[in-house]
Amino acid sequence: MATGHTLKAFDDDLDRLRALISEMGGLAEHAIRESMRCLQQRDVEGAARIVENDKKLDALEVETERRAVQLIALRAPMAGDLRDVVAALKISGVVERIGDYAKNIAKRVPQLEDAGKIEALSLMPEMARIATEMVHDVLTAFVERDAEAALRVMKRDDAVDDFYDSIFRTLLTHMMEDPQNIGQSAHLLFIAKNIERAGDHATNIAEMVYYAATGRHMTEAQTGKKP
Amino acid sequence: MNKAPPRQNDAMQARLRKRYAAERRFRLLGLAAIGLSCAFLAFLLITMAWKGLSGFTRTEARLVIDFPRSDLVLDQAALRGPGGEQVIASANLEGPINQAAVAAYGEGATELFSASATRALGRALLDDPALLNRRAELWLPTGSAVDIAAKGEGNEQAEQLVAKIRDAGALGSSFNMDFLTESDATDPSAVGIWGALKGSFLTIIVTIALAFPIGVLAALYLEEFAPRNRWTDLIEVSINNLAAVPSIIFGLLGLAVFLNFMHLPRSAPLVGGLTLALMTMPVIVIAGRNAITSVPPSIRDAALGVGASKMQVVFHHVLPLALPGILTGTIIGVARALGETAPLLMIGMRAFIATPPEGITDPASVLPVQIFLWSDEVNRGFVEKTSAAIIVLLIFMLLMNGLAIYLRNRFERRW
Amino acid sequence: MKEKMPLNPLPTPSVSIAAEAHEADLTKPEEAVGTDASPSLANPGDGPASEPTVDPAKSPKMRAENIDVFYGDKQALKGVSIDIHDDRVTAFIGPSGCGKSTFLRCLNRMNDTIPSARVHGLIELDGQDINDPRMDVVQLRARVGMVFQKPNPFPKSIYENVAYGPRIHGLAAGKSEMDAIVEKSLKRAGLWDEVKDRLQESGTALSGGQQQRLCIARAIAVDPEVILMDEPCSALDPIATAKIEELIHELRGRYAIAIVTHNMQQAARVSQRTAFFHLGEMVEYGKTSEIFTNPRERRTQDYITGRYG
Repeated sequence: MATGHTLKAFDDDLDRLRALISEMGGLAEHAIRESMRCLQQRDVEGAARIVENDKKLDALEVETERRAVQLIALRAPMAGDLRDVVAALKISGVVERIGDYAKNIAKRVPQLEDAGKIEALSLMPEMARIATEMVHDVLTAFVERDAEAALRVMKRDDAVDDFYDSIFRTLLTHMMEDPQNIGQSAHLLFIAKNIERAGDHATNIAEMVYYAATGRHMTEAQTGKKP
Repeated sequence: MNKAPPRQNDAMQARLRKRYAAERRFRLLGLAAIGLSCAFLAFLLITMAWKGLSGFTRTEARLVIDFPRSDLVLDQAALRGPGGEQVIASANLEGPINQAAVAAYGEGATELFSASATRALGRALLDDPALLNRRAELWLPTGSAVDIAAKGEGNEQAEQLVAKIRDAGALGSSFNMDFLTESDATDPSAVGIWGALKGSFLTIIVTIALAFPIGVLAALYLEEFAPRNRWTDLIEVSINNLAAVPSIIFGLLGLAVFLNFMHLPRSAPLVGGLTLALMTMPVIVIAGRNAITSVPPSIRDAALGVGASKMQVVFHHVLPLALPGILTGTIIGVARALGETAPLLMIGMRAFIATPPEGITDPASVLPVQIFLWSDEVNRGFVEKTSAAIIVLLIFMLLMNGLAIYLRNRFERRW
Repeated sequence: MKEKMPLNPLPTPSVSIAAEAHEADLTKPEEAVGTDASPSLANPGDGPASEPTVDPAKSPKMRAENIDVFYGDKQALKGVSIDIHDDRVTAFIGPSGCGKSTFLRCLNRMNDTIPSARVHGLIELDGQDINDPRMDVVQLRARVGMVFQKPNPFPKSIYENVAYGPRIHGLAAGKSEMDAIVEKSLKRAGLWDEVKDRLQESGTALSGGQQQRLCIARAIAVDPEVILMDEPCSALDPIATAKIEELIHELRGRYAIAIVTHNMQQAARVSQRTAFFHLGEMVEYGKTSEIFTNPRERRTQDYITGRYG
């Protein structure tokens, strides 16, 4: 909105809510990136820190929910403002889950011994990078109420899904080659799944952002979701 | 910043003190004004009461009339019958009275009794014709000269007479009922204000009957129905000016139109009422317009919203709510009319009217005019009667105002 | 950590959106009722005050077409066209001086009482032009009742307040019939239980909320078809307001109701259709649920989110 509310405090409340979402998003992105790094470098301590830091994300979610409910009660937001607040509420839950995925990845790091030359490992950072970017872009789109940016995020999920398929096939082959590898590969499979889920959640956020910004839901065509 | 708060510095305190002092002065002025008005009012009332209360009493003297021995010959049966008053009227009652007076109190006593005594004797005989058979002792009202002498104002001769009668133990005083029931007369002790009172009453009835409906309807029309243009503005200005026109001009108008042009009976309450109505109507119209304007538009809207027509809104809602204000204006107008003398003098209500009017076309007088006429009289006896009449007028006005205020309170509604 | 980004303006409809199943703008009643029956509603359910199914073929109870109103030289309304349907509450919202009360007063010709007011355009009640010289304005005002902003009961008894209208329109043949009308009206207005023992007391002795319900009973007593309400709750406390809103909800099926209100939450609570007025124009008219969740016009959005002024 180009113009602010006549009640400036209302604007402040909405800005604070958006800032919270931004902060959560930052924490989640950092967690994913860090978990990838710890995975590649076998940094067990780093992984432990990630698990610890997830608590912060949970706390932020609680805070966001509290603020959103308060805003609804005290400001009686209408139209675009109301959609924004409801979207913020939902997005905070989703971002918290993304953070949980990063935590799950970190938890598996100690369990992966010198997995060494597993090919899949080289694909995953790239996959994670795309997923992280999706989260970043979609949350930026939320703060800026940019429906088009949200639509663009939708498209990148295909890349993530393709990565996942490829990793899946690789790991499957790996497991079939040598039953010794099953343990490691299973972990890696789950890790890949978590990253893929993170990507999906980013698209969910994109749908919420689109609705908040335009008041309409994305069509089937726009979601481009595979059946 | 730690400046001392503005309230506490000296300049401010000085200003405050001046302000309070100014308030006190103003209040004292107000009290003084009220006090002065009350003082004047008290002065008026006390003076009137002082001078006038004696007018309500009259001196009586005891008289012994030996009817069988007097020259009075009256048919007792006729007295008892329907023509009794005729018989009394044609009888010469003065003779026996004077005879008896002289016999009792000496030669000077011919001045003792006057018309009032004659009247009283006539009434006594009508009441009890059997008096004619015996030697009766009567208390009869004295004439004016003796009356005022007894009250301390008379001349030498009268005073002596009074002293003589008093010594004989034959002097008394009683409430002067005649004052309230009789009309004008030449002898002050015999006058009454009933004639003038009735005349006033009839005149005011005519005034109200004409001015009130016309005034109220005119006010309603001008406020509710008339379009707002130059003509209605002109009418409004004219009515406002009419209310300020000196009353004697209305008298001239009455003279020219009602008497000379329309040849209505002179000195009748009808003409007096018409003239006073002309004078009172603008007051009622102005008060009416104000009262109607002060009815809140929300009531009108509510009535219109329910589907009332314009007439229904005006007569079912606006008029009842405006009625207290209209009645107040009417009270003011009528009170003024009651006390008007000049216009009524011009239309001839200044004659000597000895009998009260029967209807609105009979010649009559009104109280203020009566007071004016009496105050002009030479005879000392009229002084107390004038003041007494003023007291009666004040009471009459109080009663009328009281009635109007009662009516207004009955119609008062909170909205 | 992300910084706060400056907020972009609302994206314009240049975003290419394929044709969607989406409620059409409801200036044309035929289209409006059409979408009510359409299966792929974007917002199923009309919100808390859900609407009975409207017969698509039913024409509106009152229709206003291209209304212009002038007070002297100043134009108060420009080209306003709205339909008022039966069994529906239509709310008019907008900032002060935008013309919503003026429009409401056109519907029962109360503007006739203002000498400088001139009304142009067509207003129909059941298909008849109400400004036609042959239309009896007294009858019109009995069919289109009005409740005002400040409760204005007559300074008469409660009974008389309600009985006055039926009496001047001759709706009751005798005292028992009048009693029945008074009782029915007071019951419908939700006031009967509170006043049935004191019908002869003055109407002005009631509390504000009761007075307003008395005014509603008075309007109902003449058996109107449309009830116009001009900010009926603005002088009342929240509890009295809630009672009146509940009353409006109960009356909805029986009368077509149009309500002008300053309070957007109230419009959101009681109405099924809302029209937003601004500077004498009607900017947007549509389903209440849509106006308040996703208005189409920028001015509407600004007003209802509190960005106006």
